[in-house]
Amino acid sequence: MYRHNDFDQAFIRQRNAQFRAQVERRLSGALTEEEFRPLRLMNGLYLQLHAYMLRVAIPYGTLNSAQMRQLAMIAERWDKGYGHFTTRQNIQFNWPKLGDVPDILDALGEVGMHAIQTSGNCVRNVTADHFAGAAADEIADPRPVAELLRQWSTDHPEFQFLPRKFKIAITGSPNDRAVTRAHDIGLRMVESDGEPGFEVIVGGGLGRTPLLGMVVRAFLPRGDLLPYVEAILSTYNSFGRRDNKYKARIKITLHELGLDELRSRIEARFAEIRPEWRGADQSILADIERDFAPPTFRKAPVDAFETAYAADPVFRAWADTNLHPHRAGGHAIVTISTKAHGATPGDATADQMRVMADLAQRFGYDELRISHEQNVILPHVHKADLPAVHAALRSAGLATSNAGLISDIIACPGMDYCALATARSIPVAQEIAERFHALGLEHEIGAMKIKISGCINACGHHHVGHVGILGLDKAGVENYQITLGGDGTETAAIGERAGPGFAYDEIVPAIERLMRAYLSLRDGPGESFLQAYRRLGPAPFKAALYPEEKAHAA
Amino acid sequence: MSRRFTPSVITANALLSGEVVWLCADGQWSPDPRAAALFTDADLAQDRLAWAQGQAQAVVGPYLAGAKSGPDGPEPVHFREAFRRRGPSNYPHGKQEALCRG
Repeated sequence: MYRHNDFDQAFIRQRNAQFRAQVERRLSGALTEEEFRPLRLMNGLYLQLHAYMLRVAIPYGTLNSAQMRQLAMIAERWDKGYGHFTTRQNIQFNWPKLGDVPDILDALGEVGMHAIQTSGNCVRNVTADHFAGAAADEIADPRPVAELLRQWSTDHPEFQFLPRKFKIAITGSPNDRAVTRAHDIGLRMVESDGEPGFEVIVGGGLGRTPLLGMVVRAFLPRGDLLPYVEAILSTYNSFGRRDNKYKARIKITLHELGLDELRSRIEARFAEIRPEWRGADQSILADIERDFAPPTFRKAPVDAFETAYAADPVFRAWADTNLHPHRAGGHAIVTISTKAHGATPGDATADQMRVMADLAQRFGYDELRISHEQNVILPHVHKADLPAVHAALRSAGLATSNAGLISDIIACPGMDYCALATARSIPVAQEIAERFHALGLEHEIGAMKIKISGCINACGHHHVGHVGILGLDKAGVENYQITLGGDGTETAAIGERAGPGFAYDEIVPAIERLMRAYLSLRDGPGESFLQAYRRLGPAPFKAALYPEEKAHAA
Repeated sequence: MSRRFTPSVITANALLSGEVVWLCADGQWSPDPRAAALFTDADLAQDRLAWAQGQAQAVVGPYLAGAKSGPDGPEPVHFREAFRRRGPSNYPHGKQEALCRG
């Protein structure tokens, strides 16, 4: 994987020194809060409900064991012993003190990490398929391009004050695990007549106006990527609205101008700037690609795996849910669930981080990933090592067999932490997971994505959950709206609102009614909730959610 | 003011720690919500808020939060403020940590 070079290191040292001086000036009174706020946000430091929060970028979700250990050290030394992995492949520390943040940033810099551009109206952490470089279904590893985009967009002088924040996601697989259609720019690696390139999608986004992105260029040759992305950003920077922050994302520009007009403006800008690009980007990309050369996958018998799979039902259940096919023979991709039933989705203690770092170093070619689904991935594990990996995870409370099941819930921090939230998310996720675990229905229900947001900004991606839950403040009481039929993959769809919201103590029973209805309606265990919903439409599911209305109608 | 004034406390986050604090009658900031001054007069509340906004070396983002009088001092009227004076619901962190320690 990519390691920071001298340029990166010098840049981060300089930025950290600047921020240290900015904190000192804030504390001495030389800077007002109004002056300091944009400076701290540029370095990922928010002020939340109970404390400051530091959001650290994990570029395209990739990190090594030394970086994970440093995150554990930071959690223990300067926070409350844990970190929270987010839906944008970042990690958040919920309790740092302002005076400690410069030291935390220096500690991150030691392992090639930073918090730059994790906030503000700039290009945010570029996210990627969390199985990148490992998945059997992949055309190519998207991370070299993601790293190229990171280098290009970091501190890019033209794009530090965009109308609004800007999110780019990239996938190298036709099976979209990066939710590319819900990003300002989504890039999907494709081939045309054997030539590699990208399908370029613009104008996706969730939040208060959920819209799926549209294809602005069906095939973009690989070498044109940076100038084309620059053309998109430049067009957006010129024509994106700055009069109303709720209409400032490129999705609104797209819908106000129309796809054809936006495309023609982007293409015109592209034609203008393309000649200025003379290949330096491609030579940098070639260097980056060498850094992402796959490890030499070892060849060994997989008997140990087969034996454990046959003999140990707990291992078998975990292997059935938490492993994914790997491109290299004898290997598997391991999803480490941070979603033990009743746990906070995305949280890992410092001890757990160290266990995962040790496993990556010993069995995983020193690589870890953070998924947008708030789990941790060991992308390359030889199958013979899986019983040992599973045993170590089990003793650390990290071996829950629920990847992709109903308790594998995405939940934003909600009103337990977030200053913007209108209701809590975490306890709803905890209670749903515990309820279905107690009912013993989790595996019978099968593939199910529940996503919970604690406000309209939709950090919990509720619009693309098979079942989405949105927490609102309704006349001073927490209230939860359900959306049905959302999908974040290559068959993306925005969920439809089911009807009136539910009170806090009604939401878990409502989800149980919904799941029992699905089990009775489905065309056998092979038909997932989403498939059943698409076949039957919303009516029978709404009837389960609102039985009284059905009674009145009858 | 056309709208009826809701009795309020003035609350903010401490500059250095980020901890939730409340303005007391003597102009000090307290981490204990029970020590907060409850303002029932709109003009006085606005006056004190303007003063609090000048306390940039002590606090960040002071605002008026609706409250009612209770046996142990002001009590929140909205759940957001109830969470701020307790802490998150998933761990015993924040204010409830101090309460547990007694």
